Amino acid sequence: MIHSLFLVNSSGDIFLEKHWKSVVSRSVCDYFFEAQERASEPENVPPVIPTPHHYLISVLRHRIYFVAVIQSEVPPLFVIEFLHRVVDTFQDYFGVCTEAAIKDNVVVVYELLEEMLDNGFPLATESNILKELIKPPTILRTVVNTITGSTNVGEQLPTGQLSVVPWRRTGVKYTNNEAYFDVVEEIDAIIDKSGSTITAEIQGVIDACVKLTGMPDLTLSFMNPRLLDDVSFHPCVRFKRWEAERILSFIPPDGNFRLLSYHVSSQNLVAIPVYVKHNITFREGSSQGHFELTLGPKQTMGKGVEAVLVSSQLPRGVLNTNLNPTQGTYTFDPVTKLLSWDVGKINPQKLPSLKGSMSLQAGATKPDENPTINIQFKIQQSALSGLKVNRLDMYGEKYKPFKGIKYMTKAGKFQVRT
Amino acid sequence: MSASSAFNDEKGGSSNVGEPEYGHDPASGGIFSSDYKRHDDLKEMLDSNKDSLKLEAMKRIVAMIARGKNASDLFPAVVKNVACKNIEVKKLVYVYLVRYAEEQQDLALLSISTFQRGLKDPNQLIRASALRVLSSIRVTIIVPIMMLAIKEAASDMSPYVRKTAAHAIPKLYSLDPEQKDCLIEVIEKLLADKTTLVAGSVVMAFEEVCPERIDLIHKNYRKLCNLLIDVEEWGQVVIINMLTRYARTQFLNPNMNESLLEEGGGEKAFYGSDNDDDTDDEEDKEEKEKKKTEATAIVKRKPYVMDPDHRLLLRNTKPLLQSRNAAVVMAVAQLYFHLAPKAEVGVIAKALVRLMRSHSEVQYVVLQNVATMSIKRRGMFEPYLKSFYIRSTDPTQIKVLKLEVLTNLANETNISTILREFQTYIKSNDKDFVAATIQAIGRCATNIGEVRDTCLNGLVQLLSNRDELVVAESVVVIKKLLQMQPEQHSDIIKHMAKLTDNIQVPMARASILWLIGEYCEHVPKIAPDVLRKMAKTFTNEEDIVKLQIINLAAKLYLTNSKQTKLLTQYVLNLAKYDQNYDIRDRARFIRQLIVPTDKSGALSKYAKKLFLALKPAPVLESPFKDRDHFQLGSLSHLLNAKAGGYQVLPDWPEAAPDPSVRNVEIEEVITSSEGRIGLLGDRREVPEWTKCSSREKRKEKKADKPFYSDSEGESGPTESADSDTASGSESGGGSEESGSGSESEESNEESESASEEDEEEEGKKKKKNVEKIKARKPVPESESEQSSGEDEKKSEKKSKPRIGSTESESEENGDSESESSESEEEESEEESEEETKKKKKTTASKPPSKPPKKENKKEKKEMSLLDFDDFDPAPSPSQVTPLNNFLSSSLVTDLEGLSLTDNVLSPTTIVPSGNLKTYELLHRITGEGLSVEYCFSRQPFSPDPHMVAVKIQFINSATSEAKSLHMEDTKLQSGMRIKEFPEIEVLPAGETLSVVMGIDFCDSTQAANFQLCTHTRKFFVSIQPPVGELMMPIFMTENEFKKEQGQLMGMNEITEKLTLEEKCQGEHAVVQRVTAAANLSRVPCGSDKECRFAGKTVTSGSLVLVSVVTKEDGAAQLTVNCEKMVIGTMLVKDILQALTQ
Repeated sequence: MIHSLFLVNSSGDIFLEKHWKSVVSRSVCDYFFEAQERASEPENVPPVIPTPHHYLISVLRHRIYFVAVIQSEVPPLFVIEFLHRVVDTFQDYFGVCTEAAIKDNVVVVYELLEEMLDNGFPLATESNILKELIKPPTILRTVVNTITGSTNVGEQLPTGQLSVVPWRRTGVKYTNNEAYFDVVEEIDAIIDKSGSTITAEIQGVIDACVKLTGMPDLTLSFMNPRLLDDVSFHPCVRFKRWEAERILSFIPPDGNFRLLSYHVSSQNLVAIPVYVKHNITFREGSSQGHFELTLGPKQTMGKGVEAVLVSSQLPRGVLNTNLNPTQGTYTFDPVTKLLSWDVGKINPQKLPSLKGSMSLQAGATKPDENPTINIQFKIQQSALSGLKVNRLDMYGEKYKPFKGIKYMTKAGKFQVRT
Repeated sequence: MSASSAFNDEKGGSSNVGEPEYGHDPASGGIFSSDYKRHDDLKEMLDSNKDSLKLEAMKRIVAMIARGKNASDLFPAVVKNVACKNIEVKKLVYVYLVRYAEEQQDLALLSISTFQRGLKDPNQLIRASALRVLSSIRVTIIVPIMMLAIKEAASDMSPYVRKTAAHAIPKLYSLDPEQKDCLIEVIEKLLADKTTLVAGSVVMAFEEVCPERIDLIHKNYRKLCNLLIDVEEWGQVVIINMLTRYARTQFLNPNMNESLLEEGGGEKAFYGSDNDDDTDDEEDKEEKEKKKTEATAIVKRKPYVMDPDHRLLLRNTKPLLQSRNAAVVMAVAQLYFHLAPKAEVGVIAKALVRLMRSHSEVQYVVLQNVATMSIKRRGMFEPYLKSFYIRSTDPTQIKVLKLEVLTNLANETNISTILREFQTYIKSNDKDFVAATIQAIGRCATNIGEVRDTCLNGLVQLLSNRDELVVAESVVVIKKLLQMQPEQHSDIIKHMAKLTDNIQVPMARASILWLIGEYCEHVPKIAPDVLRKMAKTFTNEEDIVKLQIINLAAKLYLTNSKQTKLLTQYVLNLAKYDQNYDIRDRARFIRQLIVPTDKSGALSKYAKKLFLALKPAPVLESPFKDRDHFQLGSLSHLLNAKAGGYQVLPDWPEAAPDPSVRNVEIEEVITSSEGRIGLLGDRREVPEWTKCSSREKRKEKKADKPFYSDSEGESGPTESADSDTASGSESGGGSEESGSGSESEESNEESESASEEDEEEEGKKKKKNVEKIKARKPVPESESEQSSGEDEKKSEKKSKPRIGSTESESEENGDSESESSESEEEESEEESEEETKKKKKTTASKPPSKPPKKENKKEKKEMSLLDFDDFDPAPSPSQVTPLNNFLSSSLVTDLEGLSLTDNVLSPTTIVPSGNLKTYELLHRITGEGLSVEYCFSRQPFSPDPHMVAVKIQFINSATSEAKSLHMEDTKLQSGMRIKEFPEIEVLPAGETLSVVMGIDFCDSTQAANFQLCTHTRKFFVSIQPPVGELMMPIFMTENEFKKEQGQLMGMNEITEKLTLEEKCQGEHAVVQRVTAAANLSRVPCGSDKECRFAGKTVTSGSLVLVSVVTKEDGAAQLTVNCEKMVIGTMLVKDILQALTQ
C-alpha cells in the first residue's frame, strides 16, 4: 500500500526517506514541490497529487510534510490517517515532532517506521505495543546508552500484539495507582456582525491518563449521557455496553490516551460564553481606520473566562496599527498583517478593550472586507454542555486506585465576523 | 585481546576528529577525507567483536540510508552481522538488508539461512519476524524458499505467524507474479482462518493478489462479518471495502422499488441535474419503460426482501461508524452509501460530519465524498448544513469543497440562508475562494428558479467590484445565466458592454463579446461600437478573445451588415495573418460563409441559421456529479480517474445469485481449535465475557504448565504461543509474576537461539562459498581454521573445562582460549554441515528408513502399568509427578540390572511411568459427548521404529454409541508420516477405549493435523509433541558418553546455569525431573555431583546428551549436546523449566 515515505521540511528539503517496497527515487517528490509552489499557502497543497507512475499523499504537521508514495488504489484516508498516526507517535516519543527532533532520533524513527508498516500495510500502530518494542528515548537512557552501548530496543518480545487486548502492554506496575480523566469541551461558533449566532456547537473529548497496575477493567458512567449525540471511541471501549446501558466499559491502555470524543446534540442551545463589541471602520479616501474592540463575559455559568487570546487577520492595506489595550498586550505583524491581543482573564467589572487607529496605505482603496476575529479562551472547572461523570469503578484488580476528573471548556473555532 | 584493543584504538582515532554530518550521535562520528575511507572505518567497526561498536556503526549506516545516501558498498560487512546477538544490531541489519538486498542479490543470499532457521524457532514471535524479513528481501532466487516458508507459516499454530504469512503473500506476488496460483491456495486457506488477527491481513493479500476471485469469499463471508468489529482498524478498512464489492455482486438492489416510486413522484422536475436513483443505466432504462406503463408497475414488481446476509453486513458494520479512525468511518460510510436501503443511509451523515473536525487532509477527503453523496442524497446532509459553513481560517481547498457541498444542499427552503452566507464569502480576501463562490451562486441560480433574479442582481452588483478577478468571474457566470432568459436583461448586457473598457481578464472579455454577439438584436446600437473598439485592439488580444471578436463580427455582419461590413472585413483581414492557425482557419471559414461571392458555396444561405441559432442554456453541473460510479472513499473517486489496481464496483445483479453458497457447515465453525468456540459469538458482543471465558481456559492451561513441563518438558510452537498469549492477557487475572516469568523465559530462549544462529550461520556460509568467507573472516579465525585438524584430540581434553566456561561468549573473549574454542567450533561446523544436509534430506523428502534400533524391553513390560495409570481419566493438572510408583521403579531397576550406576537407588533411569501427561484432543462438549485424550506412551512403536507412539483414549460419555471412529484427511508437514489407528467400529455409550497410533514427527515439534471422524461428525484435531517426546532412551557407558559429548561440542552444545529449586536439589529429584521432561535414559556416572542422560531422536537417530552438574547452594549447570540444534535449544528450555519449578 504505502511504498515509501519522504519527510520534507518547510524549505523543501527531503530530510528523511524510508522505503517499504523497492526503492522509489526521491525525484518523485518534484511533483510535490511543483504543487507546493503553485499553492499560495502551505496548507493549500492538495493532499493527493497524481504523478505519472505514483500518487503522492501528504499531510502537513508541525511544518513538516509527510509525503507517502502510493502506487495503486488505496483509500486515501487510510494513508492520511496512518500518517497522522505516525506523527502522533513521534510526538509521543520525542515530545515534539520537529525536524530537529527527528534528525536527532533518526535511528529510533527508522525503527518505529519499520515496525509500524510491513510491506506498506500497517502492522503495529498502538503506542503501547510500540513502546514495548522500542523504548522511547529519555535523557537518562540516552546517556546510559552512550556509555554502556545498550539499546533502545526492547529486550523482550512484545506479547501485547498477540493478546486480546492489543492496546495494553503487559506487566504494568505502579506504586501509585491513579486514573485521571479530563473532560474538555470545545465550542465552535460563528457569530455574525450583529452579534447573533450563526452556528454554534459543542464538541468534547475525554482524555485519560491511566496508570494502573495489572489489567484493570474500568467503567465510567455519566449523569446525563443523553447529551452525547455522536461519539467515537478508543478501540478499548465496549460498544455493546454503551449501546445498551450508556456506560463506558473498557480495559484502558497504559498511559495517556483519548477515551472518547463526542458531539453534543444540536437540540441543546449552546450558551456563548463571551461577547464582542466591535467597531472597525475604514473611510474611503482616508489613510486612517478606526479600530475598537470590547470583550465581555456572557453565559459563563459563574466561572471566570481565562486565557483569552484575540487574533485577527487585518486586510492587506493596513500598514500599521496604533492601539491601546486596557489590559494584556497586543502585537501586530506588519508582514503577515496578523493582529493578536493576549487579554488574559476577563474581569466582569472592568471589561477589556482595545482601541486605536490603523494606518492604511496612502491612496489605497478601502478594503472591502472587515477582518474576522478569532477568539480563544478557557473556562476551568466546567463543561459547557453540563456533562457530568457520575462514577468510575474498577474491576479485576484488588487495589484502590486514585481517581480524578477535571472539566474544562475551551474555544474551538470561535469566530466573530465584523 | 589484541584485536579488541586495536578496535578501540581505531575508534578513539576516529572520534578525535568529529564530523558533524555523520555524527548524529554525539558519541560517534568520525571524519575521513574520502567516502572510501569513511566506510572503511564503519567496516572495521562492524567487524569488531564489540556489540557497542557494531551498534554504533549500524546506527550511522541507518542514518545514511535515512538521508538517502548510498551505503550499498558496506553490504558484505553488514550482512555478516545478521545473526548478531544484540537485538538492536540485528534489527538495524534487517533494515539495511531489506533496503539493499535487491541490489546485492548474491551477497544477500548469505543471510537467508539465518532466517530459515528462524522460521523453525519455537517462539512464534521469532518465527514471525524471520518470515517477515525473509519475505521482504527482494531477491528472485529465493522465491521457492519464500513460497515454502509462506506455506508452512500459513498452517502454523500461532495466529501471529499466520498473520505474518498473510503479509508475506503480496510481497512474494510482487516479486514473482507467476506464483499466483500457489498463493491463491494459501490465501484460500488463510481466509478460512477464524482469528481476528489474521482476517485483516489475509483480506489485504486477497485484494492485492486475486481481487477477482470473489468466489473465495462465499464461505467466509459470514465469518468476516462477525469478526469485523474485533479486527484491528486497518484490517477493518480493507475488509469493509472488499465486502462492499462482494455485496454488490451477491445481493439485490435494496432501493429498486423506492427509486421507482420516487421517479414517479416528480420531485425531480426542479433539479434536472439531480438524478435521485441509485440504479445503473440498464435498470434505469428498464424502469423508465415501466414508468410508462403507469403506476401499475409498482404493483407488478415483486416485493423486495433483503437477504439476511446483506442485513448482517449492514448491521455489523454500523457500530464501526463510532471508530476513532477516520478511514474506518469512511469505509463504513461508503458501504452504506452503496449498499444500504435509502432510508438507512442517513446514519452515516452524523459520523461524516464528525470527521470534519479532524485534520485538514481528512476534511479534504471527507468533503470530496460528501460532495458526491450530497448530489444523490441531499436530504441526508441537510440537517448538518451549518457544519459546512466556511470559516475564514479554513484552507482554500477546504473552503471550495465546503462551497460545493453547500451548493448541492441548496433548495428553496434554505437558499436564503445559504445566499446570505455566500454574501459574506464574497467579501473574503481569498480571491480564489470568491471566484468559487460566484460560481456557486450561479449554480444555485440555475437550479432554483425562484432566486434566479436575486442572484443575477447580486452578480451584476459585483460587476462594479474593484477586484478584476471577481468581476471577470461574475461576467462568466452572468453570461451563463443570461442565456436562460436573455430578453429581460438587455440592460445587463449594456452594462456589461461598458465593461470591455476595463476588464482585462481574457475569459471575461470573451464572454462579454459572445453575449453581445449572441444578443446583438437586443443591443443594436452598442454592438457595432463594441466591435469597432475591439477591431482597434484586435492584435493585442488573447486568442480566445480574438476568436470571439471574429464571431461577433460575423454575427453583426449577418444582422446589421450596413454598419459593420467594413469592420468585419478589417477584422477578418487582421485574422488572416494572425500567428495562431486556429484564428486564421476561423477567419477563412467565416469569410467563405458570410461574405457573398460568386463562388460561395451552398452553405452561405444558411449562414444566419448557423450563427444565430438558438443555443441551449448551459447546465451548471457539479463537478462531483456521477462520481459515484467510483467506489466512494477510493483514490479513484478522489481523482475522478481510475487509479491502478482499482476494482470496479460492480452493478447490482438482476437476480440474486444463489445465497446458499455462503452456507457453512456448522461443525466447521464449532470445531475450531481449542477454546475459540466461545470467542466467535461472545467476543463480538462484549469482549469482557470473552476474556472471562478465555481466561478460564488459560487458567487451566496455566495450571497445567508446571506439571506439564515437569513431566514432559514442553515446547513446540503451540505451547509457547499459548503461554505467550496467556501472559499477554492474563495478567488481568492479577498474576503478574507468571507473566514476567514467561517473558524472561522467552528472552532466555531468544538469546540462545541467537547464539546458535550465530554459530550455525558461519557453518552455512562456509558451505556455500568457502572462498568468500575466507576473504572476509578476520585473521584469528582463519588461523584457527588451519589448526582445526589437530583439534580433534585437543577437544576431548578440553571438554571438561569448557563445560564450565560459557562457550558461546568465549569467542568474544579474545584471549588464547578463544582461539582454541573457535577451532573447536570450526570442527563442529563441519559436522553440522553434514548435519544440515542430512536435515534437509529428511525434511525435503521422506526420511531414509534406518535400521530399526533395538527395542527397549523394559518399556514393553511397563506397558500394562502405563495402561493402568492411564485409566485415571483426567489427572489433576496441579499434580506434580511424585513418582510414587514403587512397582515400576523396582522393575526398572531390575531391568537396569547391569548398569554401572554407583547409586543403585536411583529409581527412574528410564521412564517416569507414574504419570504420563495426557493431553486433550477433543473436548467432551465439542465432541458432542465423545472426548478424546492422548498421551505419549514412550514405548517404541513397533510397526515403524521412526515413529513416536501416541496412545489415544476415547471416552464416550454421550448417551448413544459412537460408530466407526477413524482418521481422515491428515495434514502434515513435509516428511512427516502418520500410522493411523485401526478403525473402531463401535464405542458404546459410557465406554472407554484406547488405541495406539504412530507419528513420525521428523524430529520437529510441528503439529500433526487430522480429522477425527465418527459416523456422523468430523472434528479437526491436532497432536503436537513436546520436544522431550521426540527422542528415545539409549544405553551408554560413561566413557561412550564422554566420547560422544566430546564430538558434539561447539555449536552443538548448549550450556545454561541455573539454580535448582529447593525440592529438587537431590540427585534423585534431578533425575526424576529430567526424565520426566524428556524421554532419556540415565548414564552411569562416577561423580554424584553429575547426572547424565542419553537418548536419540526418534526419526533421525541423532544423539541427545544431557548432563546436569550440581554445585553448592542449589546452583547447577545444564549442558545439552545434540546434533540437532533446534532440538537442543528447545530441550534446554524444557529441562530448565523442569528443574527450576
